[in-house]
Amino acid sequence: MLGSVANRQLFEPRTVRDALRMLDQEGPLVPMAGCTDLYVSLNFGTLKATRFLNLWGLDELRSIGLRDGRLSIGALCTYTEIIRSRLVQARVPMLVSAAREVGGVQIQNRGTIGGNIGNASPAGDTLPVLAAADAVVLAASAGGTRRIPFVEFYTGYRQSILAPDELIIGAEIPAIRGRQWFRKVGTRAAQAISKVVMAAVDGSSGEPPRIAVGSVGPTVVRLPSTEAALAARTPIAEAQRILLDEIAPIDDVRSTAEYRRRVAANLLAAFWKSRR
Amino acid sequence: MQFTLNGKRVRVEAHPMARLLDVVRESCGLTGTKEGCGEGECGACTVLIDRVPVNACLVPFAQVAGSHVTTIEGLRGKHPLQRAFVEFGGAQCGICTPGMILAAVALGPRPSKDAIKAGLAGNICRCTGYSAIYRSVQRAGAYARVRR
Repeated sequence: MLGSVANRQLFEPRTVRDALRMLDQEGPLVPMAGCTDLYVSLNFGTLKATRFLNLWGLDELRSIGLRDGRLSIGALCTYTEIIRSRLVQARVPMLVSAAREVGGVQIQNRGTIGGNIGNASPAGDTLPVLAAADAVVLAASAGGTRRIPFVEFYTGYRQSILAPDELIIGAEIPAIRGRQWFRKVGTRAAQAISKVVMAAVDGSSGEPPRIAVGSVGPTVVRLPSTEAALAARTPIAEAQRILLDEIAPIDDVRSTAEYRRRVAANLLAAFWKSRR
Repeated sequence: MQFTLNGKRVRVEAHPMARLLDVVRESCGLTGTKEGCGEGECGACTVLIDRVPVNACLVPFAQVAGSHVTTIEGLRGKHPLQRAFVEFGGAQCGICTPGMILAAVALGPRPSKDAIKAGLAGNICRCTGYSAIYRSVQRAGAYARVRR
């Protein structure tokens, strides 16, 4: 499985500008950051790509700060950095909760938020948080940077609207009013990929609640009809039925569609009950 | 490429996409670091990069340029945790032991039971000797104090 290392070519940019130029002129290249997903595919021979772009040294993508009232998180911030950030703790505690449940410490020390977004797995732990938080993905190319609403980012299973010459350089999260809630259901507390993962912001501030779920369809999903129903004070049992129409889980190695439907409905009730 | 391995500056020629695990074991001849799953699930290949535990099966060699890498050999058999693992039965078949010890080193002296459980959650022991492993980590502090 390692015999093919010799065919692989690694581009080593020193700056983000360098990286964008390489993507433009040498592409297509597979960007690599913490490699916690990428090297699993490479080690098992399921990824056939041979040309890669090493982003790990680009420290300019590691900062967490406030920009115009929005929390800005560089793409290379690791889960450990997110867990330890006072700013993230204060503004997006559900992101801290999600980061704590990714893998074990070895993965948290290496895996990045940009990688979680770019890997585009429907089970990515931080993705329901970004969806419920109305986050924006910052996608840069040699031609400039565009801001993509997170809920419009994915187009299908492991597919996104990111162009081949674009690089995820960060995410922005607007100020969140209302209490935040996160819950991951997996086989084990650590080192387990979710069977269902939900993040939510309650409607206590007078706004409708915002609810997103992972591992119940080809992409992470927001639940607009369920949110509207809850905002209109629809009884929870009816809201759960609406939720079931908004998700499309499948049977796979980790769980069954039936279990996921049941758990997603239960999580909705748990979230709604917790807000009082 | 240059990096620091167990406190010594070294220059190693290997493919930049090679796994750190293979570089350590094959190019550097340090076979204390084990391969378990090869997918970041088991923690057997845990090493420290700049004192932080990582899975060496998922780290491209290019990403350790200029870093300090510590493998189990770097503890030279003298670390209080190593003695405690021997004394309190923390090692059974031994495959998970180097990774367990390095993950425990990163917890610093006298971690709480909760900190140990969280800090070792990414290390799997297939002999299921977790109680003895936790006990070894807890006792290592006291052991170091008495027998230093």
